[in-house]
Amino acid sequence: MQRLIQRYPDSTRVNHWIVALLFLCAALSGLAFFHPSLFFVSALFGGGPWARILHPFLGVLMVLGFAVLFAQVWRENLWTKLDNEWLRRSGQLISGHEDGMPPVAKYNAGQKLVFWVSAICLLVLLVTGFVFWRPWFADAFPVPLRRAAVVLHATAATILILSVIVHIYAAIWVKGSVRAMTRGTVSEAWARRHHPLWYRQINGDR
Amino acid sequence: MPSLQSLDIAARSATTAPSPGVRRLPEVAKLIDVTSCIGCKACQVACMQWNDLRDEVGVTRGVYDNPADLTPASWTVMRFSEVESTGEGGAPKLEWLIRKDGCMHCSDPGCLRACPAPGAIVKYSNGIVDFISENCIGCGNCVTGCPFNVPRISKKDNKAYKCSLCADRVAVGMEPACIKACPTGALQFGSKEDMLEYGAQRVAELNERGFTKAAVYDPQGVGGTHVVYVLQHGDNPSLYHGLPADPHISSWVSLWKGVAKPLALVAMVGAAAAGLLHYIKVGPLEATDDEEPAREHDETV
Repeated sequence: MQRLIQRYPDSTRVNHWIVALLFLCAALSGLAFFHPSLFFVSALFGGGPWARILHPFLGVLMVLGFAVLFAQVWRENLWTKLDNEWLRRSGQLISGHEDGMPPVAKYNAGQKLVFWVSAICLLVLLVTGFVFWRPWFADAFPVPLRRAAVVLHATAATILILSVIVHIYAAIWVKGSVRAMTRGTVSEAWARRHHPLWYRQINGDR
Repeated sequence: MPSLQSLDIAARSATTAPSPGVRRLPEVAKLIDVTSCIGCKACQVACMQWNDLRDEVGVTRGVYDNPADLTPASWTVMRFSEVESTGEGGAPKLEWLIRKDGCMHCSDPGCLRACPAPGAIVKYSNGIVDFISENCIGCGNCVTGCPFNVPRISKKDNKAYKCSLCADRVAVGMEPACIKACPTGALQFGSKEDMLEYGAQRVAELNERGFTKAAVYDPQGVGGTHVVYVLQHGDNPSLYHGLPADPHISSWVSLWKGVAKPLALVAMVGAAAAGLLHYIKVGPLEATDDEEPAREHDETV
C-alpha cells in the first residue's frame, strides 16, 4: 500500500459536499424554469410553485456554504505567472500529454479558473436573485431592473453550470482526484505527478 | 380562470408542442372610445360583479382614480389625466382625458413569452390572452414581460391576475361584462375587423370636429392588440396616463426567451458530451505508483 497524503481536512470536505448538494438542488429547480423542456424537473421539488418557493432558499444556502469554502481555499487559488504559462500549454494537457507542463502547486490554472468563475457567478446569482425574489423583494425594484436581473441570473447560472461540468469531468479524468474530496487523501504518486510544487512544499524538501 | 375547451389555443406559455387548434375563431376586439367615455366606472363595477371580485376599500388620493392602480382584484381601472394645452386663439385649455386601463390582449403577448410555467398563460385563437391561474407558479415574469404594466400578483395566493376579456362569456357568444354595462357606447365589442372599421368611422367624425390627430391605437410593436383605443390625440398616446406610444416586448425578454435559452441548453449538453468523448478518445490521466519523481516516461496509454 502506497503512502497517502492528506489534501483536505474533514471540514473542507463536508463543506464541499454540502455546497455540491445545494448546487444540484438549486440548479435543477432553476433549470425547471430555464427551458420548457426541463419544466418536468420541478416535480422533484413538489411541482412548479414549490420549486419556485424553494429555489432561492437553496441558492442562498449554497452561497453561504461556498463563502466558507472560499475562506478556506482562496489563498491557494491566487493567480501566479506560472498559471499563464500553464494555461498557454493547456491544449497539450487536454490531448493527454502532462509531461512538459509547468509545475503546479496546490491548484493548477484550470482549477483556479473554475474557482474564480464559480465565485463570481455565485455573487452575480445572489445579487440578481434578490431583485426578483417573490414575494419579498421583487416589488422593491423597478421593472426594467428586474428584466435585466432575470437575464443576468440565467447567464451566470449557465456559466456556473458549465464550469461545474468542467470541474466534475476533471475530477473523473484525472484518476485519484475524487478521493481527495471523499476520503481527504491522495496518493503520493498523484501529488508528485499532478501537483509537484505542492508535493515538495508539504514534504519540506526541494 | 380554467382553460376553456370551447376556445382553441393559438399560443401557450412554456410549451413547445402545438396546442389544440383545429377550430379557427374570428379575432375579437374591444374598442375603447375615450372620446365618448364619461368616467362613470360602470365598467369597473360590471367587471367586479361578473368576475366575483371585491377589492379592499382603499383611500382617496385626491383624484378620481379609484382604486389608484390595477390590483389582483381590480382588473380594470379608469385613469383620469388632467392635461393643459392651448385651445383656439392660444387660450389655455384644460382637458380631462379618461382612459379605461387594463390588459391590451396583445397579438404577441410579452407575459406569455416570459412565463416559464407551461399553460399558465394562453392566447386563445380569438386573440384573448388569459391567465390559467391553476398553472401559475407565482414567479412574476409576466409582470416584467408586459409592455403595459398590467399583471398583478396576489399577496393572498401568489398567482397573477388580469383582465380575461371575459373569455368565459365570449366563449358562449356573449360580450364582455364591461361592454354590457357601458351607458355611452364608449365600449364596443366585436370582430377585430369590425372594431377597426368602427374606429376609423369615429376617427373621421373626430377629424370633422377639429381633432385632426385623432387615431385608432392598435400598436404594431406587439403585433396589434385585441383592445384598441380611439384617441382624440392619437399623435400623443402618453397624454392618456402614460399609454406607451410604441410598445415593444423588452429586448431583455425577447433575447433571453428567443435564441439565448436554446443556445445555453445546447452548450450545457455539449459540454457534458465533449467530456464523454474526450474520455473515450484521450482517456484519463493516471499517476502510477512506481513512477519516478523526475517524471520521465510518457503518460499516454
